Amino acid sequence: MIRRLLLVLAVSTALSGIAGAAPPVDERVVHEVAAQLRCVVCQNLSVADSPSETANQMRQIIRERLAAGESPEQVREYFVQKYGQWILLSPPKAGFNLLVWVVPFVGLGAGLVLVAVVLRRWSRRPAAVPPTPVDPAMRDRIRREMSGGRRS
Amino acid sequence: MRPRWLRWAIPAAVLPVLALLAYGFWTNPREIPSPLLGRAATPFALTTFDKAPLALEDLRGKIVVLNFWASWCIPACYDEAPALERTWLAYKDKGVMVVGVNVQDTEEPAKKFLARFGHSFPNAPDPKGHVAVDYGVYGVPETFFIDRRGRVRFKHVGALTDEAARQRLDSLLEEPS
Repeated sequence: MIRRLLLVLAVSTALSGIAGAAPPVDERVVHEVAAQLRCVVCQNLSVADSPSETANQMRQIIRERLAAGESPEQVREYFVQKYGQWILLSPPKAGFNLLVWVVPFVGLGAGLVLVAVVLRRWSRRPAAVPPTPVDPAMRDRIRREMSGGRRS
Repeated sequence: MRPRWLRWAIPAAVLPVLALLAYGFWTNPREIPSPLLGRAATPFALTTFDKAPLALEDLRGKIVVLNFWASWCIPACYDEAPALERTWLAYKDKGVMVVGVNVQDTEEPAKKFLARFGHSFPNAPDPKGHVAVDYGVYGVPETFFIDRRGRVRFKHVGALTDEAARQRLDSLLEEPS
């Protein structure tokens, strides 16, 4: 009985020790937040993808903040507070930044309209241009020469 | 014969794009405005290389020149190091504190750097980068000027010069405390 109690005690302390040592932070969430942030010392790399020491430290800060109970949005907001929106790899869909999101679709739409207009014009053109009249004498000559060519 | 509107449509479509590109080319991509200007400086508590505590809280009421540097940052950190020491010596009796924060570095080369320039103002390592991120540092050297009321007022990116430091410190010293 005493032995069993001791065993339970030992297992529970071991478990709480493990829990205390490793804060329960989902690495996928760390990665998800890091992937949205620009690595400040790189060119076009996220904090998740950069092997640099700075990015490593930033990932650790994300981990610590999540472990302290912050939501992924709060962690992201912390970096925006410090670095400005520049830190976000995708600019937020508001204000001047909206251009980045809207212009490609507007451009695509305008291009499609242009193609449609041009295609309609091209398909209409043959009907608008009357066939050029051919001189009957010339037509006879062409026929003659073509049949003559086949014979030889 | 093209219709009239089509002759105007092409420049009308191209001009805004050109204007946007021109705007983009004229702005310096390295010059990122710090959102911290005008806001309260984030407190920090570090331990200097001489094992002395160094906390922003203890510097309340002083103007603080907060310089982020690294020993591998060549040449900018080496260029500005003498100017930092001169600024410190010139302003330390006027209620100005110069503080160096060593980032992304190891202790030995950092100490060698400090010895080389004979820095007499406090310098502390920021081994986990907490202070650097709190100040939105994206490269070294970067220098922040904190006013007597504890607000970040200026950010200087790149090597600091005597002139740049003097200008900012004099304007902060002129303000009523």
